Amino acid sequence: MSAVAHAKPAARSTSMPRALRRRRLLVSIADHSLLIAAAVAFVAPVVFVLLTSLMTNRQALSGDLWPSPFRWQNFLDVFHDAPLWRWALNSFLYATLATVGLLLSSIPIAYAFACLRWRGRELAFMVVLVALMLPPQVTVVPLYVMWAKLGLVGNIWPLVIPNWFGDAFAIFLLRQFFLTIPGEYLDAARVDGCGELRVLTRVVVRMGKPAIAAVALFSVLYTWNDYFLPLLYLGENPSNWVTSIGLSQFRSLHQVQWNLTMAATVLVMLPVIVVFFLAQKAFVEGVTLTGVKG
Amino acid sequence: MSTTAATEAGPAAVAADRRRARRGANRRRRLTVLAFLSPWLVGFSVFFGYPLVMSAWLSLHSYDLLTPARWVGLANYRYMFGDDPQIWPAVSNTLWLIAVSVPATVLFGFGIAMLLTRARTGAGAFRTIFYLPALVPPVAATLGFVYLLNPSTGPVNVILGKLGIEGPLWFNDPGWSKPSLVMLGLWGVGTTMIIFLAAILDVPKHLYESAELDGASALQRLRWVTLPTISPVILFAVVLGVIASLQYFTQAHVAASVAAGSAVQGGSTSTIEIGYPEGSTLFYPILVYNHGFRYFNMGYASAMAMLLLVVAFAVTAIIIWNSRRVVHYQGDAR
Repeated sequence: MSAVAHAKPAARSTSMPRALRRRRLLVSIADHSLLIAAAVAFVAPVVFVLLTSLMTNRQALSGDLWPSPFRWQNFLDVFHDAPLWRWALNSFLYATLATVGLLLSSIPIAYAFACLRWRGRELAFMVVLVALMLPPQVTVVPLYVMWAKLGLVGNIWPLVIPNWFGDAFAIFLLRQFFLTIPGEYLDAARVDGCGELRVLTRVVVRMGKPAIAAVALFSVLYTWNDYFLPLLYLGENPSNWVTSIGLSQFRSLHQVQWNLTMAATVLVMLPVIVVFFLAQKAFVEGVTLTGVKG
Repeated sequence: MSTTAATEAGPAAVAADRRRARRGANRRRRLTVLAFLSPWLVGFSVFFGYPLVMSAWLSLHSYDLLTPARWVGLANYRYMFGDDPQIWPAVSNTLWLIAVSVPATVLFGFGIAMLLTRARTGAGAFRTIFYLPALVPPVAATLGFVYLLNPSTGPVNVILGKLGIEGPLWFNDPGWSKPSLVMLGLWGVGTTMIIFLAAILDVPKHLYESAELDGASALQRLRWVTLPTISPVILFAVVLGVIASLQYFTQAHVAASVAAGSAVQGGSTSTIEIGYPEGSTLFYPILVYNHGFRYFNMGYASAMAMLLLVVAFAVTAIIIWNSRRVVHYQGDAR
């Protein structure tokens, strides 16, 4: 809380002696030293992965930290060594089909929990929460048997279809947000002669856009990152895999080297990071929504 | 609430008419609720209720998916509590994870959130740096860490070597594999951090001001203002952490198979040692997976699932129950 740290924008003016300016910069760095150290530790893994992805195989195995020469060719070789496009397409299908179904089913369910009154509502919501908390391993064996008997093991349907019947996390998050919509808006629409479906689509969905966007983002992210269910259901044919499974198998597929593995890792991380920067606000709002009101 | 009945009723409406209208509206409302809920009712029954019951039923049988289930009574449970040589390592590894990883994540997430609230410049950039790793696909993050911590040529041990320190074998050493996984988890602390950050920024300013007037030091303000006010969020983070530990799978599975040098697609071969190295990363969900889908002991896997169900229930209930004494909820129940 020293006066020095409270440097105002005006202090940047050229009239300030250079020595003083440098001292202020140093004080500011010292003030943030812990934060900067932690930030460096958080960035370092990505930097090293990136650097390794540009090395030759020999270099990646040598303990060198800096690539020389930079081998951009790695990012092309990766596509020759593994059906990355195929995996990305499968992941994209999984994410799209799951997310669309999840939104279409979960929004009305959350609306019923937040905006309609009925007997047993609180109890039913407790059941949703319990379903949210239980590890998936609890129900996985009978579910696998069920999908196997339906002959659907080996493709993405066992991953996609459950999302069409409401997802506990989405219901939870949407309900929390819908509860904050003032009841007067809903009643006004009802007085104007809107049925509940119209109230939902005209009022709640429009006002709930931030929460719906957050749920959609989380769902896309979850499906892109999902490993347990694809491992269980996608079988041994590489052309059915999604990126997460493909990446985990990448090294064993063709005895591929670390540099190419890291290049593939970078490529799998990239879409997530791009999506984050495009929708940063929705992400942070969504996370906050889950925590603050939980 | 039945506004439709009220607005449409003219002055001549008799009581009986009104009652019938209300009953009709009630029925319509119930049907609306039912229609909106129907996907959940179906989904919950088919994908949750039914498998839960089936899990209990299968746990009393011997079943391998190919031949019909055979009744074995409590044999699966007897084997689980008496003879299975792998179950105790799996349970204790999972308990280790809960005891170490959960407090570490909560403390670390809280610490970074506190640092962020004090940042005067570039808070947004710092927040992004700390949050982004939480979004990185777990498989990618695990591969990255296994490479970084590669004993002989990984950057971490190379740098440690230059500083004159002989780095450990990390994922290849049974004593270091779980701490390595915790480091990987701490790198992804972003979600917890954001939740704490929002909660800390939500603490009413006047509480700090009056504490300061009373002469409270920074540490006392942290102890008596910040912590009590955000205690519901701390509880939330702990519950989430415990639940995540009980289902911890992806990172352990990938790290073990990649570090062992031979990644293996589920169910196909059995060249990889489970929980490499020396069973140190054999967590409970990994064992369930192996019994169910690599050995196809589906009855036994179901018995393990039932134990997990009981434990998950109990842990959540205990934490929430105990918290009533410690956690301070602000007056309004939004």
